[in-house]
Amino acid sequence: MTKKVKKIKNSHFGLLLNYLSINTLKAEYNEHALLKGLANNDSKAVETLYKCHFGMIQHFVTNNNGSFDDARDIFQEAMIALYEKVQHESFSLTCQIKTYLFSICKHLWLKRLQQMGKYSSPLNSEEEAISVTSDIEEAAQKDAAFDIMDRALNSLGEPCKGLLEGYYLNKKGMQELADEFGYTNSDNAKNQKYKCLMRLKKLFFAQYNIGD
Amino acid sequence: MDDIQLLETIERYLLGELSPTEAAQFESMRKTTPEIDQMVAEHSMFINEMANYANRKNFSKLSEITFNTLFDAGAWTPVNEQSTTYKVIQLWHRYKKVTAIAATVGGFIALITTIMTLYFSPSLNGSQVLQLSKAIEIIKTNQLAQGNLLNEVKTKLPENAVLISGGTGFLIDTKGYIITNAHVLKGNKAMVISSDGKELNADIIYTDQAADLALLKINDADFVSPKTIPYSIRKKTSELGEEVYTLGYPRNDNDIVYGKGYLSAKTGFDGDSNAYQLQISANPGYSGAPVFNENAELIGIINTRQKQLEGVAFAIKSAKIFDLIAASDKTNGDFKNLKNQRSNSSSKSDRKKQISNLEGYIYNIRSFN
Repeated sequence: MTKKVKKIKNSHFGLLLNYLSINTLKAEYNEHALLKGLANNDSKAVETLYKCHFGMIQHFVTNNNGSFDDARDIFQEAMIALYEKVQHESFSLTCQIKTYLFSICKHLWLKRLQQMGKYSSPLNSEEEAISVTSDIEEAAQKDAAFDIMDRALNSLGEPCKGLLEGYYLNKKGMQELADEFGYTNSDNAKNQKYKCLMRLKKLFFAQYNIGD
Repeated sequence: MDDIQLLETIERYLLGELSPTEAAQFESMRKTTPEIDQMVAEHSMFINEMANYANRKNFSKLSEITFNTLFDAGAWTPVNEQSTTYKVIQLWHRYKKVTAIAATVGGFIALITTIMTLYFSPSLNGSQVLQLSKAIEIIKTNQLAQGNLLNEVKTKLPENAVLISGGTGFLIDTKGYIITNAHVLKGNKAMVISSDGKELNADIIYTDQAADLALLKINDADFVSPKTIPYSIRKKTSELGEEVYTLGYPRNDNDIVYGKGYLSAKTGFDGDSNAYQLQISANPGYSGAPVFNENAELIGIINTRQKQLEGVAFAIKSAKIFDLIAASDKTNGDFKNLKNQRSNSSSKSDRKKQISNLEGYIYNIRSFN
C-alpha cells in the first residue's frame, strides 16, 4: 500500500516537472517567434513587444526624473537596437527580451540624464539588468552611419530625395516613380535616379571618410 | 561607357540582375580594371548602408505607428516625472553659495589677468622674440648631444650584415612571438625594433609563402615580456563598411605611423577570400602591419596594395593567423593563451588611448643576410 502511494507521488512529481519544462520551452519558443517576427517587420510582433514591455520602461523612466515622452523615445531607441540586432544572421540573445530591453533602456536613460546634468546615482529600479556595453557601442556606430545617410539624403533636395526614397525605401517600381514625378517614361526616370544616386554617394562618402 | 551606365551595371551586377553572359563579361572587366573593381567594392558597401538606412527608417515608422495606435486605444496612462524639479531645486539650494563664491572669484581673477596683461604686454613683446630664438639654440644643442649619444649605442646588427628588407610586425603572445608577412623576410635573419627604439634579435620560426605570413620569436635578453596582449584576434569575418585603422613603420626612421580607413570588400585582390579590401592609404613598410577595428580587435594583416590605385590596400584575414600557428611546429602549448584570448583590454578606450596602448606591441622588422 505504501509503495503504491510512493509511486503515485513520484508520477505526480514527474508530471509536474514535465509541465514546468514544457512551459519554459513554450516561453522560449514564444520569445523566439517574437524576435523572428520583429526581424521581418511583423506589426503584430512590434505590438506585442510594446504591450508587454513598455509599461515597465515607463515606470522606470518616470521614477527616475523622466517624462512619459522620454520613456517613449527611449523605448523606441531600444526597439531599434533590438531590431538591428536580430537582423544579423549570427544573432543570439542570451537573456529574456524583457531583460535585454530593460538593460538597453537603463543604459540609454543614464546617458541622457548625464547629458542633461541631472544624474544622481544610483537609479531606482526593481528589474535586473545585464551588461550591454558592446551592443550600445554597436548601436552608436549604426546611429552614426544612419545620421550621415540621413543628412546626405536631406541635403539632396527634390526631386532627387523623393526619387531615391521611393526606389530604395518604399521599393516602388521605375514606372510608378516616372508617373509620380512626371517623367515621360521609366527610362528617363531611371537615368535621373542614377544621377541622383551619384550625388548622394559623393555626399555620403565625403562625410563617411572624414568620420567624426 | 559613361559613369551613369557604369553605375547602373554595377548596381545590377550586385543585385544579380545581369544575364550570365553580361555577368561574365563584367567580371573579366573587373579583373583587368582595378578602378572598376574598386567602384564595385565601394558601391556594394554603399548599397549595404542604404539598405540599413531603409530598414531602420521603415522600422521606426512601424514602431511609431504601433505606439500611437496603442496609446490612442488607452493602453497606458501617462504618468509624468515625479521628482525632477524637486531634486534640481534642492541641488541649487545646496550649491547656491558655492556657485556665488566661485563666480565672484572667477570674475576677480579675470579682472586681475586683464590688468596684468595690459600692463605687461607692450614691453614684453620684444624680449619674447629673443627668448624664443635662444630656446631654439638650446634645443639645437640638445639634439646634437642626443645624436652623439645615439651613435654611441651600438647597433645589434652584425658588422657585415646587409639589410635586405623590412616591414612591420606585431606580438601575438607574451613570450615574444611576432606575426609579419613572409615577404618582409627576404633575408635569412631578422631583427625587430620596438616603438621606443630598442633593437632585439629574433628567430624566424616559420614562414608560409602561400599565405604570406611568417612567425618570428624574439630571442634577446633585453626583451621584457609584457603581462598581456591588449588586443584579441578576430576569428569571424568583419562587416563591410567597418571603420578600421592600422599602425606601422613606413618611414625610414623608427616613428610609428597611424592610418585610418574602412573595410570596402570582404574579399581581396581578384576575389581572394583569404583577404579583405581596405580603403586606406598604405605605403611600403606597412607590410605586416596589424589592422584593428574600432574595438581594437585585430581583424587583419596588411600585405599588398593596388598598384595603379591610390588608397586601396589588401589585408590577410586575422583567422589565417590561427592556421599559421597550427601549421608551425611550435604548438607545444605556448599558444594556449592566444587561442583562448577573448579579453580585450583596449576595447572601451578612445582611439588615442587605444593607440598608445597598442604601439608598444608593434615592431619595426628588419631582415638581413
